[in-house]
This record gives sequence, C-alpha cells and structure tokens, in this order.
Amino acid sequence: MILVFLEVREGKIKKSSLEVVSEGARRAGEMGSSLAAAVAGSFDPAAAADVHALGARTLYHLESADLAQYSSQGFAQALAGLAAEVKPKAIWMAATAMGKDLAPRLAAKLKCGLATECTRVAFAAGRLEYTRPIFAGKALMTIALKGEPSLATLRPNVFAMGEAKAAPGEVVRKAAALNAGEIKARVEEIQKEQGADLDVTEAEIIVSGGRGLKGAENFGLLRELAALLPRAAVGASRSAVDSGWIDHQHQVGQTGKTVSPNLYLAFGISGAIQHLAGMSGSKVIVAVNKDPEAPILKVADFGIVGDLFEVLPPLKDELKKALAE
Amino acid sequence: MNIFAFVKRVPDTESRIRIQDGGKSVAEDGLNFVISPYDEYAVEEALRLKEAKGGKVTAVALGPEEALVVLRKCLAMGADEAVLIKDEAADSYDGLRTATILAAYLKAKVGPFDLLLFGKQSVGADNAQVPSMIAEILGLPQVNVVTKLEVGDGAGTAVREIEGAREKVGFALPAVISAQKGLNEPRYETLRGIMAAKKKTIPVLTVGELGLSAEETASRVEVLRIEIPSARKAGKVVTGPAADTARQFVEFLRNDAKVI
Repeated sequence: MILVFLEVREGKIKKSSLEVVSEGARRAGEMGSSLAAAVAGSFDPAAAADVHALGARTLYHLESADLAQYSSQGFAQALAGLAAEVKPKAIWMAATAMGKDLAPRLAAKLKCGLATECTRVAFAAGRLEYTRPIFAGKALMTIALKGEPSLATLRPNVFAMGEAKAAPGEVVRKAAALNAGEIKARVEEIQKEQGADLDVTEAEIIVSGGRGLKGAENFGLLRELAALLPRAAVGASRSAVDSGWIDHQHQVGQTGKTVSPNLYLAFGISGAIQHLAGMSGSKVIVAVNKDPEAPILKVADFGIVGDLFEVLPPLKDELKKALAE
Repeated sequence: MNIFAFVKRVPDTESRIRIQDGGKSVAEDGLNFVISPYDEYAVEEALRLKEAKGGKVTAVALGPEEALVVLRKCLAMGADEAVLIKDEAADSYDGLRTATILAAYLKAKVGPFDLLLFGKQSVGADNAQVPSMIAEILGLPQVNVVTKLEVGDGAGTAVREIEGAREKVGFALPAVISAQKGLNEPRYETLRGIMAAKKKTIPVLTVGELGLSAEETASRVEVLRIEIPSARKAGKVVTGPAADTARQFVEFLRNDAKVI
C-alpha cells in the first residue's frame, strides 16, 4: 500500500495533496499495490469523494481532540499508529510547510528514510526511486531508500493531477490513541498575510521582480498584474529582498524558494546563478530586461529587451483584452 | 541559557556544481566552502539570546576536518565553545543518520541544555530533515522555518512561515528551532573576535566514540545517480516600441505557451 497524508487547511484538502494522491495512483498501479489516504483532525467526509475519484479507495480519518490543531508531535503519533497497523510500503505527503515539518518527525519515529521535495518518482527493479533537486536545482539526485516504509514529500505543482472518475470508496474512522503529554509545541495563532493567500511554491503563475524595479513602491505594479491572472503570486529576487523592498517569503532562488509554476514572469531580474537555480523548473519563462546580455534572457522562452516601466502598462492592457476574450 | 548551534560546511551559493564518480557524487575540488547561510542565522540568534539572558553558546559541526574553518568563524562571531564531530563519510544525504549522531553526542557528552538551533536546511543537500528528527529522537518540541523567536522561563514562542501566512507557535523548553532568513541579521566577525578565536582549542570527537552501533550509523539512502539538468534553450528575444513588444508577449503566452 502507498499511504498519502492529506493536508486540510480551512476545511479544504490542499490541491498539492490531491496531486500526491494522483501520483500515488499511478505508481501503485505499476507496483500492483493499493492506494489509501489519511487525514487527521477535523474533516468533512463530503470531501472524501474527490479522493476516491483520484484512486484512493480507503480514506482513514484519524480522530482525537488533540488533533484539532496541527502539531508535528500529535500528527506524527497518529500517523505512526496507523502505519503500524496498515504497514504501508510508502508514506507520501505534499512538500508544504506542514509536510516538511511533519515528515522528518514521522521518519524519525518510524526509523525510516525520507526523500524531501521529490520532483519525480519511479518504480524500477522492484523498488521506488525518488528524484529530488539538490543545490536548489543545480543538480538532480535519484535515490532509493532502504527498508520499509519509505517516506517522501512531493513538491507542489510538479505532479499532474489525475483524471477524476466517480469511484466507490470508504472513510474508515479511527480513534487515534495519543499521548497528549508528548505534544510540547502548539499553534497559538495564524496570522494571514494580506493579499498573499497563495505562496510562490503553490502558484501556477509567478510575477517576479528584481533590482530593475528600483523600489518597494513599484512592486505594486507587479501585484496589479498578478491580480489579473489566475492562481498567481508575486515573487522576487534576492537583491530586491535584501534591499528591503519585499518580504523574504517572496524570494525565489537558492536562499529563497525553489518554484515550478506553469509561467514565470521575470521583470528586471538579471538572473544570477542562485536565482536561476530556484526557477529553472518553471514550465515557461518570460523575461523583461533592459540589458540584452542579462543571463535571464538565455533561459527565457520569450524575452523582451526593454524598459519594464514602459512595457508594463501596455502589457496590462493587452492581457486584460486577451483574458476578456 | 545553555544553547547549541549546529552548523554545516557547504559550497557557497555561487558554485557551479559538477558531478564525478560515475554520477554518484558532487565534485568538491575548486569549490569555495562556507558556513551554510541559514546556519548563520542560528548562530546569530544563539548569540543574541546569550547576550540578553546570559549563558553559553556552543557551535557544533559534523563533517570532515575542513569543517574546523566554519567552527572558527562561529568562535570569531562570539560563540564560547566549538566542537567538531569528525565524520569522514561522504555526505550520506540521510538526515536520520546525522540526527542520530548529533543526538548521541548530546546524550553522551553534554549536560542539560535549553535550545538547539539549526538552519532551516543546509544549502546543498536541501533536505530540511535534521532539526525535526533530532527533536523526535530526544522527545523535544520543534518549530521550523522561524522568523521570530522569544524565549522566557521554561517556554517560548516562535513565528514560523507557512503558505501565505505566519504561525505563532508556543513551545516548552528545551526545544529545537530552525532558522529562516529574516530571523536576524548575522554580525560580521571583528578582528578582535578573529584573534581570540585563533587561540581557542576546538575539541575533535569521532563518530566512533559516541557508542552507536554500525546499524545506527549506516545510511538508509542509496544514491543511484546525480545528474545536471539539461540547460534551457534561449527562446525568442524581441525589442522595439513597448506597445509592440507587449502585444507580442501576450500573443506568445496565448499561442505558443498556451498558458492564458
């Protein structure tokens, strides 16, 4: 069995978790293995149909008053309990903030290997092979993990969503036996960043700015552009962040986030090696830069040599027209 | 407070990575090595807590003899002590192996402590595993990717980054914290600090003297291959009046890239 942990935020299963279910269905098919999903804490069983439709027949709902709010110690105990019972060959989850916090604790509890932020999974010679970027994508490493289960976190926006087919399934409710005394860290408050519901790691389109933007106030131009586009977020280069123009949450690159959107729009970003490492996994790259020699133009599928402040206003108008059609 | 900051020696972020050993490892010759950037935030935070509350800061590295340079930097920044746990094994990429060794060191060689500080990930392996794993092994709480930390008597609060929001997490001490950029601005070493650091002795332990079994120090990770991703090809580059290039841009998005 491949067991996929589903992350629920504000009552909804995250899209990135459903991508992991989709990949689980493809690989379990090759392995001749089953696919199941698990969710912890409060969960509306009506959402289970989406998970069954992607190929996970069984959805384990782990319940306990101590799972109402996410904690790595509570969730790891609950999942370790389930793993001891159902003995999966692999446990996967999305490489989100929660997944990256939870998976290593669970791996230590189960004393098994973990592959972080995988971008490819294959079943070959009777075992699972995990491919993951190292050096923020300057190299790709393929590993196998000894022992069972193997744990992996899968990077959002990389694995294709499966085709949903109405399928029968069951939700198996399980009371998780937790030692609440073991939970020594608890979330007290979630502070939402205004106008930034979507993180760059989850966005399908990233509108990114660099030193060429010349100041914090000009990031407003990029926010306006992002607001026109579906599932778009604003990104930034390290020099824009280090200049204090935008929060580090938005930084793309080797000391920021590695991203893989469908479309990466780079405005006034020269393309230092650290930045290119973080965004070369984008499916389509478009860059606007004054300098015809800028490295970003060597990796862009479409480049404009020009002043971004002159290009942005007509670009916004053209985009509005195109999107209205 | 008794604080430990864990640091790793890694190639700097300007490095071009080359593969050797039939695609099984990263070539280290010609690379410039530095303290992993996120670890600097951990060291800085340890020093600030010590300056505010008193106590001791110990910097610990696991790695080859060459990692002494990174520990020397921590001493120059103001750490009281530094320890190298010598491990000649090439980077195993197995976070649990590293966490097991560091936990064994703390159990065997160290008395009570308050905080274990890490970078949120090493730059290179990009695993982001060791902090949570050592927390689990030692039965401690963890807060990862922290941009703000406050520590009081026996407890603290930390703010961590999640998607589009920040989580405020309350935790009991002792605890494991991993640092994100933004937590602080690491100080530069002073000349006086560098001179003082030169005079300090850095004890060197070996993995062998920590009482771990061969099974516990074996890697669970088998590296099958390391590849350099194929370079992207430059596409179309246009120039001209902004109105024209903007129109071509949108046509490209719609007709060629098919993303809108």
